[in-house]
Amino acid sequence: MQALHVTQPRESTKGSVAFPHGAGQRNHAIYDAVVIGGGLVGSALAYGLRDAMDRVAVLDEGDVAYRASRGNFGLVWVQGKGVGLARYGQWTLASACAWESMAEDLMSRTGIDVGLVQRGGLHVLLSDREVEARLALMRRLHAQPGMTERPWSLLDRHEVAELIPGAGPDVCGAIWTPADGAANPLKLLRAFHAGMCIRGIDYLPRRPVAAIRKMHGIFTVDTVAGPVCARQVVLAAGLGNAALARLVGLDVPVRPQRGQVIALERTAPLLGLPCSHLRQMEEGSWIIGDSQEEVGYADTEIGLAVVGTMADRALRTLPALRDVSVVRVWSALRVMSPDGFPIYEQSESCPGAFVVTCHSGVTLAAAHARMLAPMIAAGRLDDDMQPFSTQRFSHVQNA
Amino acid sequence: MFRTLDQAQHVLPDVVVEIDGHAVRCREGSSVAAVLFANGIAACRETAVSRAPRGPYCMMGICYDCLVVIDGQDNRQGCMTPVRQGMKIERQLGPRKVRA
Repeated sequence: MQALHVTQPRESTKGSVAFPHGAGQRNHAIYDAVVIGGGLVGSALAYGLRDAMDRVAVLDEGDVAYRASRGNFGLVWVQGKGVGLARYGQWTLASACAWESMAEDLMSRTGIDVGLVQRGGLHVLLSDREVEARLALMRRLHAQPGMTERPWSLLDRHEVAELIPGAGPDVCGAIWTPADGAANPLKLLRAFHAGMCIRGIDYLPRRPVAAIRKMHGIFTVDTVAGPVCARQVVLAAGLGNAALARLVGLDVPVRPQRGQVIALERTAPLLGLPCSHLRQMEEGSWIIGDSQEEVGYADTEIGLAVVGTMADRALRTLPALRDVSVVRVWSALRVMSPDGFPIYEQSESCPGAFVVTCHSGVTLAAAHARMLAPMIAAGRLDDDMQPFSTQRFSHVQNA
Repeated sequence: MFRTLDQAQHVLPDVVVEIDGHAVRCREGSSVAAVLFANGIAACRETAVSRAPRGPYCMMGICYDCLVVIDGQDNRQGCMTPVRQGMKIERQLGPRKVRA
């Protein structure tokens, strides 16, 4: 029998960029802006701020941080978003529309393909009751004043079977939205970080923030590795924003909401477009997600009850996955506001300090880099961003 | 590159398995990965994405580089599976198929 030799040259790692993480602070006595948080939100903002500013720094924690950006599902998702806040629906759609151009920009600057596929997405419905509930939600969403028109439709099980080869008998239908898609969230984070390095943004890791002071119009951010000074401060620290916001006179009531993800081994390609709870990555592996639990900061546990339910829904959607092995299960924490919508606000008592927080760091990456960052660089959020301020929570309490 | 120790040659009874369609005589209780080595197969699979050749490495269930098709089942760990009489072993060439 012929033995194969293990000497074939490996494919070159084209597009990889060596960048010196933790290279440290360059000689910027005062930055134009310092972003606190190096996840998807912070790095997208820093990347965008660089268009208008010469000196931008990003402060990050170490690997003890909660790291939502390393654990998420990677959808670029529009459907169903904005019930109760039409502006969020608009904002999400605007980001999804700007995503392709952002991905091309990242590719041309860094050589990293972030794996964007925007050919539509499905929310699969496994009972008549689920169909009715989802239809009601979609109609309520699109009936809101100010909601940008975007196509969607309810597919019956035969139409679903054309998009999901081998869809199971429990599949009653699906909501189809052509604007939906998905990317590779780890590659997106890496592309932003490579881009930050290439564009001369100082990435300063292992610097948890202890205090933020403002004197004579300059912020001093105290970190374990010494102070960093800047004219503007952007809080993009995910769950850390709750404590940081108090330092600049804002109340940002974010809480952790746990999501669990199951990863399956790589298979030959089968599922060409993402479902909200199941997707096949570009290199063949599968991920199953979309669980939501209120369990505090317990991101080092996984729970069989939830994982079992997720696996069951995936198998009812696509029974052929029965034979495919699980290789990993993990938990990560979404950054949730009380109503689930993003928070974008400049501090009134401490002008020049902005807070940015959301649970859709992938979907909103393009909006953050290309729409929000220019507003922050200009020192003022546009009037139509008012619905995202924390004032909405005091209204709720007063009502 | 690999051969069975002389002392091990006659300790256990013979079984016959099939490797990529060829009948192979080996010792009962050997792992599939050991049998592949003893028969000159260093690379038992091609990776799912770049199709690079890979072979058993850790021989203790950790590295997953010994994946083979066993009796029609894709992606079985050769180092953790003892041979049985009549077992059909095939190299795992690329990603496993999903039969939808």
